Amino acid sequence: MSFVRKTLGSVAALALSAGAALADPALIYDLGGKFDKSFNEAAFNGAQRWAEETGGEFRDIEIQSEAQREQALRRFAENGFNPVVTTGFSYSTIIANVAPDYPDTKFVTIDGYVDPEAHPNVLSILFSEHEGSFLVGMLAAMASESGTVGFVGGMDIPLIRKFACGYAQGVKAVNADATIISNMTGTTPAAWNDPVKGSELAKAQISQGADVIFAAAGGTGLGVLQTAADEGILSIGVDSNQNYLHPGSVLTSMLKRVDVAVYEAMSAGEELETGVQVLGLAEEGVGYALDENNAELIGDEMQAAVNEAQAKIIDGEITVHDYTSDDSCPALTF
Amino acid sequence: MNRMPAWADAVLVPLISILLAAILSALVILAIGENPVAAFSLMVEGALMRSTGWGYTLYYATNFTFTGLAVAVAFHARMFNIGGEGQAMIGGLGVALVALYIPWPHWTLALAGATLAGGLFGAAWAFIPAWLQATRGSHIVITTIMFNFIAAALLNYVLVNLMRPVGAMEPASATFPPATHLPTFQDMFAFGGTLFRGSPANVTFFLAVLACIAVWLLIWRTRLGYEIRAFGHSDTAARYAGISTVRITVLAMLISGALAGLMGLNTTMGEAERLVLNATEGAGFIGIAVALMGRSHPVGVFLAALLFGFLYQGGAELALWTDIPRELITVIQALVILFTGALDNMVRMPLEAMFGALRARRGPKPKPTSPRD
Repeated sequence: MSFVRKTLGSVAALALSAGAALADPALIYDLGGKFDKSFNEAAFNGAQRWAEETGGEFRDIEIQSEAQREQALRRFAENGFNPVVTTGFSYSTIIANVAPDYPDTKFVTIDGYVDPEAHPNVLSILFSEHEGSFLVGMLAAMASESGTVGFVGGMDIPLIRKFACGYAQGVKAVNADATIISNMTGTTPAAWNDPVKGSELAKAQISQGADVIFAAAGGTGLGVLQTAADEGILSIGVDSNQNYLHPGSVLTSMLKRVDVAVYEAMSAGEELETGVQVLGLAEEGVGYALDENNAELIGDEMQAAVNEAQAKIIDGEITVHDYTSDDSCPALTF
Repeated sequence: MNRMPAWADAVLVPLISILLAAILSALVILAIGENPVAAFSLMVEGALMRSTGWGYTLYYATNFTFTGLAVAVAFHARMFNIGGEGQAMIGGLGVALVALYIPWPHWTLALAGATLAGGLFGAAWAFIPAWLQATRGSHIVITTIMFNFIAAALLNYVLVNLMRPVGAMEPASATFPPATHLPTFQDMFAFGGTLFRGSPANVTFFLAVLACIAVWLLIWRTRLGYEIRAFGHSDTAARYAGISTVRITVLAMLISGALAGLMGLNTTMGEAERLVLNATEGAGFIGIAVALMGRSHPVGVFLAALLFGFLYQGGAELALWTDIPRELITVIQALVILFTGALDNMVRMPLEAMFGALRARRGPKPKPTSPRD
């Protein structure tokens, strides 16, 4: 009997501690997992920074199955967490289903889009990945000596095609005759975490003459960067600043400031303004990384050209085509 | 050979296996500095003490019942269908096509149509490996597992290039029309209340129960079932008895594939109400463990599916409210699979020896009778 009582006691304690977490924010990662050195980890870093600076607490979960997406959203909302932040576009449809049941909870979908008029308690945060990719594409074309550059994507989904398409446009803007070799790692979510295959793809592209390779492939990209360093060519990282991984070989990284988005959502707390936010070059939501690790690789001329293009994109003088707007790309065929 | 009584084979062996897995899991949880008793009670709390928890447990159990039955039917013909994953994916595709492109007037008709389509698509995906095995001797384990990858690639192609609404980011189909909405447990049992609120268990669960009964009837009450079992026990004897091995191999795999394909009803039509890329998420492989643990008997499969449903839902609760990392939750689930599936003999052999010793003490065995008597 005492065993049962002890058991019930610990359950009650857990339930209490869950209840006490009133109005703490919650963070739900996508299937890739918390420590993917890329997208989800950037979200975790943002949350961690918020917790350190404010002394606040947040709860997070790495889901294991599709059905857990809705479950995690509902359980966090029911237990008073606010706002509930999710990473990955896969949450958008589910948030649209769940949000009306919890009108007092604010939901944030990063990379997803939920109709703001139908769901006033949802904030959709989108990034203009094509703009950032355009800039690193320009850098790739300027750094390339062979006139052939590579792209290694993770899973073949529209979002990654958006990266590839922006990159190809940037390359063509500098060198209209350049060849762009584009490969996707796979067709299942395992493609996000397959550095061995990333390495194989990089080798294949190098044998075709590529001397700069952009990896937009989560954990798979680590294999691409490693191989590029081993073979003495240049690579481009993604999402987080990955320049430090192989100083002198990583030309730059296409930054996607998921950490800033999470940090700001958590800082706003319950007062979070909902709607749709598009974070592009102008908002510094995307960009290219420049630090001491790649300072020697990017000359003043290159920097000036890219900064000029950046200003023109912000002004609207250059428009970078977004693959997902019409499922086609003028600079690259898939 | 030492034979155990039937009850020991069906109940005692799995129970001891689960107990061993639980003890080992508790040690693992202790090792990372968490309280195993609290963790276990949290799992029970979350999976069995709330109606929503039951809703999830039964939802997962529905998936595992279908894939478990699929593996079990193939087992009876002594074939190892590892392709449940791919067959379920393609079954889901069939369900989605029917639900999206045929204007159904009512969900009952939609369910009937989708059942047919899911079964047909799943069976079709199992047909090629079955035919290769039957006529060419290409090993079914190799071909079915390869077909899983082909299914994943095909589904990805269809979703990204053909079925995805223009401008949508996610590789998923459009949401099915409301007329195909299957009643969830909340619709059926809550009467406007909050019972089973938001949980994905739906009417497909009862279809899974029906499938259990149908498989039992098929295997033990029909001529085809007899032929499948005869073929499984000895293909040479079956051939001598006039049973076509090609026919039995193909038919058993078609039934197996159809059962796996029906899982698509639950995930695609019941839960997501659209076709998503990784709707199966490993249920095809869990089905192998479920069939092994359930001794390929529909009742055993159903009970094992419930256990795995509990493990999945309980694992979700652990991930939500503790700091136990999800990799460790997978380890706990894997330990159960290891003990009930792979290490079955570790428990079975000592038990058999024990029962043999008991019987020997009770009295000498009767002498074997000669055929002439």
